[in-house]
Amino acid sequence: MDRTHLLNELWEYQLKFGYISEKAISRISKKLKVSIVEVESVTTFYHFFHQKPTGKFIVYLNNSIISDIKGHEAVKAAFEKETGSTFNEYGDNEFSLFDTSCIGMSDQEPAALINFQPFTDLTPKKVKGIIDSLKNDENVKDIASKTKSKIQYHPEGDKAIIFRSYEMGKSIREGIKYSPDEIVDKISKAKLLGLGGAFFPVGYKWNSCKNNEADTKYIICNADEGEPGTFKDRALLQYLPGLVIEGMVLAGYATGAKEGIIYLRAEYQYFKKRLEGLLEEFRKTKLLGKDILGVKDFDFDIRIQLGAGSYVCGAASALIESLEGRRGEPPVRTWSATKHGFRHKPTVVNNVETLAYASRIIELGEDHFLSLGTEESPGTKLISISGDVAKPGIYEIEYGTPIIDMLGIEMSQATSPYFIQVSGPSGECINNTEFNRRICKEDIMCGGSFMVFNRTRDLLNILRNFMEFFKEESCGVCTPCRAGNYILNEKVKKMQRGLASQEDIKEIKQWGNIIKLSSRCGLGKSSPNSLIYAVEKFKDYFNLKIPPTNEFLNVEFDMQDAVQEFDSFIKDTQPELDK
Amino acid sequence: MKPVKFKIDGRVCTAEKGQNLIEAAKANGIFIPTLCYFKHLNPLGSCRICTVKNNGRPIAGCTLNVDEGMDIEVNSAELLDLRKAILEMMFVEGNHFCPSCEKSGDCEMQNLGYETGIRYARFPHLFVDRVVDARPERIVVNQNRCIKCKRCIEEIKTNDGHKVFHLTQRGNRTMVSVDYEQEAKLSEQQAEHAMHICPTGSILVKGKTFGKPFGDRQFDYAKANTNIPLTDLKKHVNKNKKKKRVATASLAGCFGCHMSMLDIDLGILDLVDIVEFDKSPLTDYKKFNERCDIGLIEGGCCNTDNIEVLRKFRKNCDILISVGECAIWGGVPAIRNTLPLEDCLKEAYIDSLTSEENETVIPNHEDIPKILDKVYCNHDVVKIDYHIPGCPPNANHIWNVVKNILFEEDYSITYPEFKYD
Ligand SMILES: Cc1cc2nc3c(=O)[nH]c(=O)nc-3n(C[C@H](O)[C@H](O)[C@H](O)COP(=O)(O)O)c2cc1C
Ligand code: SF4
Ligand code: SF4
Ligand code: SF4
Repeated sequence: MDRTHLLNELWEYQLKFGYISEKAISRISKKLKVSIVEVESVTTFYHFFHQKPTGKFIVYLNNSIISDIKGHEAVKAAFEKETGSTFNEYGDNEFSLFDTSCIGMSDQEPAALINFQPFTDLTPKKVKGIIDSLKNDENVKDIASKTKSKIQYHPEGDKAIIFRSYEMGKSIREGIKYSPDEIVDKISKAKLLGLGGAFFPVGYKWNSCKNNEADTKYIICNADEGEPGTFKDRALLQYLPGLVIEGMVLAGYATGAKEGIIYLRAEYQYFKKRLEGLLEEFRKTKLLGKDILGVKDFDFDIRIQLGAGSYVCGAASALIESLEGRRGEPPVRTWSATKHGFRHKPTVVNNVETLAYASRIIELGEDHFLSLGTEESPGTKLISISGDVAKPGIYEIEYGTPIIDMLGIEMSQATSPYFIQVSGPSGECINNTEFNRRICKEDIMCGGSFMVFNRTRDLLNILRNFMEFFKEESCGVCTPCRAGNYILNEKVKKMQRGLASQEDIKEIKQWGNIIKLSSRCGLGKSSPNSLIYAVEKFKDYFNLKIPPTNEFLNVEFDMQDAVQEFDSFIKDTQPELDK
Repeated sequence: MKPVKFKIDGRVCTAEKGQNLIEAAKANGIFIPTLCYFKHLNPLGSCRICTVKNNGRPIAGCTLNVDEGMDIEVNSAELLDLRKAILEMMFVEGNHFCPSCEKSGDCEMQNLGYETGIRYARFPHLFVDRVVDARPERIVVNQNRCIKCKRCIEEIKTNDGHKVFHLTQRGNRTMVSVDYEQEAKLSEQQAEHAMHICPTGSILVKGKTFGKPFGDRQFDYAKANTNIPLTDLKKHVNKNKKKKRVATASLAGCFGCHMSMLDIDLGILDLVDIVEFDKSPLTDYKKFNERCDIGLIEGGCCNTDNIEVLRKFRKNCDILISVGECAIWGGVPAIRNTLPLEDCLKEAYIDSLTSEENETVIPNHEDIPKILDKVYCNHDVVKIDYHIPGCPPNANHIWNVVKNILFEEDYSITYPEFKYD
């Protein structure tokens, strides 16, 4: 067996038996001719693989901050009450309940996956209904929610780039009028930037993959969308999947790659079949397969690889590791993926949205794209807005749009916005003196996640949620991120308990910088950001939270709290003397 | 390969193009500390201790190949502190009780602690309960000490090429697991090799110890029998001036640090010429008579009385010093921190071998202090001005520090004076 099939093999066991038994692991290890611990290293890495038997229904309830402010706690309690199981403890034969990081449903929270079918806008009452139906043997799929997000905004008329009419194959047909060099040229001219969060120039990437000679090359579509608060890739794959597929085909045409892989996060597997159906349709209409549209030697086909629950696998280098059947540890690489990527061959990894834009640029011409947006970031951008807004959903905004407009009556209609997290927990927070900033390269970029919090939200609660996320999602291979995020999380807890001093604020900045400087990949390099920015930008809030220094130089220490544990059990251990 | 010129901290160096920076620096007489880097293994890039800046951009030195014109920063204040910080993270993340560790004295991590001059960890100790796996045939893996450097994973293979170790889990739960089936196939020699390449005391071979006996420490500069002198006490004797006042306390410690304080032999006669002891087990004064210049605290806080005493010391002393590992981070008493308090007390008072069924009880009375949920280090409770590491710190070392603080003299603690174990 080829190692690259390992994830699929594990999925088969997981879906069939609800867990991956020791026997299964042993069997797989023999097939792969590797030691058992090597297979275990992979199974234990991914959130959705279990080593212990699970119930007939596995519930994954999103614990992201948006879920939290939309009523997560009550919904969680309802799940426990109705099923009789406890979260993260494997439960009984019927129900196993688990927390999970953002499932890309921030406009419809609280949301959960039950046997990987989506259930959104949950309330305790709704949970009761769902669990009752499941107990009555109703099919999960039949009672699952519709998940399509609302497209709340796009530029008017002909200006919209993504949300306009789509005709299958139009971009590819337009594309083959040009040579591969010309395609790369058009993308470069359009100054298209990668939209997965790193904003790397797409033309440059395609060009270097094209120039690296090799017998095989790969185009990978990064559909891992793990940054909490973003759901624009899901929306694209639900509304305009053809556009994404065509982007991959064009990338293949431009670079000489003949194989494409969509790395689809496991959370989105409920629409995997639909995507596969569409791929089949593409094949039937000669838009995929051999000699596409009759162009000789223009071969390209696409398969879908399911992830298995890991945020860091969205990082291109970790994604390739995962595709090759290993832990999603971003490797130490001295070369780029466009030279030695998947299977060591030249590889382009692009985000879902990037590929969709690439299609449109070829279809509509780069001039249309360049006529919108700003000098350094032309065109439009998809933003997923969630939180304390009247109209959560997908927004196609022109680059250069001020944040204040996005919050306003024409768009999301935020109610007394106070704290805005741009680009998710690894991004930057914005306070109300900065609402005039514009979303563009010249000012502040946004990867897609745009979370709005109003004045009633507790900032420390938000930051704690972010740090818990990084603590959980760190791949664990390098010290500063593995230990550092845990330590920073302890700091936030200390602040929550009211025990912090100004010294702690200073330390958050210093320690955060150490983690950023020395971590191996983008996760650790950005995980302290939200905390560092928040203590800078919300000084008033933190000054209120921090008591002044006392004259005896006592550090804040809660003795009552420290003896609580002793008090709580000691009585029961004493003989009853007064009897 | 042709030679290239590059700069390290402004100094021009030469090496073969493409040579690994750690090696290239070494060849040019510059030491870049590492813990995961290991000769022939691919750069693992996991410990991050060797972080340097290349043309201003931070990168792990072991993953960098030198090239013409590179401008590398290795020993700037920022990077030195960063290296120390990463090492401190390793100490707080695991549970490193050096005094009871087989590897102590032969441990690369401990050595680097000395090298970077760690006095105390700026970070809170995490005290996560970690597994000690003794199930393998030949070896024991102690996760309390593992720093996930991956050396064992890459280096140790069976004769037919199977891996014996691998990382499992993720995030802070990441650990090194052993493949029992493959481990059983290792030869004695291979197993010992694993023990030796591990930069910490995480991999041990059953029935084996480290070649060098305790006391003859590979990493010590000083010869075992040369003592640190206690110098120049006499010059501070001044009959006209009031003597400096010192108070001491032993909280959750073993009195070892106090024994060490007394261990200056006749030096004590010189000492009492310049200082007067106030509240201290040495004088048996129970209360403060006057405000003191210095308070020396041995041990951390495990009960409510410790907290109260410590707060009193803070109130009555100008300068407060934590002496010894227990005071600095909890030390040996903090071994209990990874377990629930109830389990500890039950084990000690009810389920122990010497207690008779239904005859014993966990002590509880309004006159005796309550036990805290965990052992706290002193700087969790009050502001601590200085830390003197050691278990216990050397006697002369303690008094040299005290003297130099009292009389405001410059004093740099030299390498051989540090002892964590
Ligand atoms: C921790 C981490 C998580 C990431 N997650 C994603 C993701 O979910 N989706 C994505 O497209 N890019 C993600 N990226 C960015 C990718 O590494 C990469 O830059 C991107 O897929 C390249 O495509 P683009 O140039 O089209 O944006 C992530 C990066 C890091 C460091
Ligand atoms: S920074 Fe975090 S996620 Fe990235 S390699 Fe290091 S431990 Fe893994
Ligand atoms: S000797 Fe090394 S491995 Fe052992 S406890 Fe000390 S630092 Fe850790
Ligand atoms: S067991 Fe030792 S060699 Fe292996 S990863 Fe841990 S510290 Fe490194």
